[in-house]
Amino acid sequence: MASGPVVTEADFHPWSQSPDQCHGRRDVLGSILVAPAILYVLLLVGVPFLLAVYYSVSAFTIYDPSWRFVGLANFEQIVQNPVFLQTLGNTFIFTFGSQFLGLILGKFGALLLLRPFPGRKIVRALIILPWAVPVALATVAWQWMFDSLYSVINWTLIALDIITRSQAPNWLGTPGLAMLCVIVVNAWRFFPFAIVIFLAGITAIPQDVLDAATVDGAGFWRRNYQIIVPMILPIVAIGLIFGIVFTFTDLSIVFLMTMGGPVGATSVLGFEGFQVGIVSGDVSHGAAISLFMLPVLFVVVIFMLRFIRRREI
Amino acid sequence: MAAVLTRNIIKKFGEVPAVNGISLTVPDGEFMVLLGPSGCGKTTFLRIICGLEKQTSGDLLIGGDVVNDIPPRARGVAMMFQSYGLYPHYTVRKNIAFPLRTQRVPNAVVEKKIEWASQLLGIGHLLERRPRQLSGGERQRVALARALVREPTALLLDEPLSNLDAKLRASARLEIKQFQQRVGVTTIYVTHDQVEAMGMGDRIAVIHHGQVRQVGTPTEIYDDPADRFVATFVGTPPMNLVERNGGFIGFRPENFLPRDMIDDGAVTEFSFRVDRSEYLGSERIVYGAIEGFDPTQVITAKLPPAHVAEESIRPGEWHPFAVRNSAVCHFDRDGKRTGRH
Repeated sequence: MASGPVVTEADFHPWSQSPDQCHGRRDVLGSILVAPAILYVLLLVGVPFLLAVYYSVSAFTIYDPSWRFVGLANFEQIVQNPVFLQTLGNTFIFTFGSQFLGLILGKFGALLLLRPFPGRKIVRALIILPWAVPVALATVAWQWMFDSLYSVINWTLIALDIITRSQAPNWLGTPGLAMLCVIVVNAWRFFPFAIVIFLAGITAIPQDVLDAATVDGAGFWRRNYQIIVPMILPIVAIGLIFGIVFTFTDLSIVFLMTMGGPVGATSVLGFEGFQVGIVSGDVSHGAAISLFMLPVLFVVVIFMLRFIRRREI
Repeated sequence: MAAVLTRNIIKKFGEVPAVNGISLTVPDGEFMVLLGPSGCGKTTFLRIICGLEKQTSGDLLIGGDVVNDIPPRARGVAMMFQSYGLYPHYTVRKNIAFPLRTQRVPNAVVEKKIEWASQLLGIGHLLERRPRQLSGGERQRVALARALVREPTALLLDEPLSNLDAKLRASARLEIKQFQQRVGVTTIYVTHDQVEAMGMGDRIAVIHHGQVRQVGTPTEIYDDPADRFVATFVGTPPMNLVERNGGFIGFRPENFLPRDMIDDGAVTEFSFRVDRSEYLGSERIVYGAIEGFDPTQVITAKLPPAHVAEESIRPGEWHPFAVRNSAVCHFDRDGKRTGRH
């Protein structure tokens, strides 16, 4: 047995308390520190979401703010509405069209930016602009470019003798063209993000692998589509998930450029939900339309995440 | 399979020459090792041969044809990279098949060649795995199989063993050498490791500052170094060099022995003060200085422990040591070899 004063663990403790007390304090401190983030999510995401779920199964309108439960009647009504079905179709075309175009622009942009050339750093910085400029500002500029009278695109096409003045398209006034316009503008906003994703992916490929492919006899296309693209697919898929979620739920470009027109040709779910629920005051149907995005996005995200896990290398 | 010949290859990055006029002939079927310290230009030279870099000037001939402007895929050379460069998203089978697919080889032939290469290297059981599921040694074999499957005109290897642990490296060294002899492919092997170079090369080209300092068999390189750089770069511990008569004389540590161990022939004698000795089992390395020369210059002797008892070479004492004159190399002031004895 050791003689002399007995030294306990508690004597060494910085706060001169038993370990249990200290752990209790730490837990409290931890809770306090994460509380703002949790509150933020609960109040600004959770509550509105639950509210929307409730509205969608009620008969709530701003003229008759009753909380009467109507079951799935609102959903039944909207899926029978041809305008809604058109909107749903538009949303898919808008989302996948702009993602597809954005990815292609991103891939080629990244390939160009990988080559050394004078002023590359400046170009790399400038290329982020479409993404950084406020959407309202950018969309107004595009609106002028697609204007029926003052379109600079038409002016250029006429000046180059590609079309005559009478053939000049009314970009935002023709259903198919209007959809093309909102897709182009959204792809233009998305492609800097795609470039960043592709650049990150491509620069992460070991030089040895690319050199090996070159020596093994792969030309530009084979190297790109059999080596580079499959290797960066997981990271591109992550970027695509973001792109799809943001585009599928977006209403800003449509709202600012076409107001869903002409005759609903560019109306998307977010826009339609806003129109019905807020502008027209039919909150319950607006909520039901907006909630339609949830299962669609859920399926898309699960599908993509599974794909990524399988492709992991 | 073909001979590889270079004529005065120069490669500059900006103003800096990485390769500064290398002329080298590698006959058909030879195992040539390019040996040099890191940054000496040996890898750049290898990349010029396979076409990943274009030389600033000079000619490259493969199988007698000038291939200066021919792209890598048409040169028919295969290269194995330091970290192997396996395609991580492909199975081993697809990795090996890749160089054949790029040449649009018919499926049946591809299958046959995969079979041949995987049997040769003993990787038949790994064909359906991905590279990340393989060990370092297995990856190396797969890379070798991929390099060989299209029967290259020449096989280029860039420090292929540097990613393996020491034990595996020894067995891989033997394997690569045996396997090169069996296939008989012209091989150019880049390394900074003199043990690999001495053990594997039919001939060695010692490279320094982008230039070939000496080409020769391992014996020639070791026994007859062309200059001071080769003399001190090859061999562990390196050759001892001391100034004498306006030039230098050099002798290998294993030739620097106690006077009484050399019984006949002409010798050069030194008085050797032992400072420190290391016992390494099969040999004893003794560090010290010799009388009449710069006392700060460390001279090493490598002694057989069986013949030299530890107490006979106590630190701090002077001992009579000697070198056989036949084992002394002479260099002029610029470091060039002037002759033996």
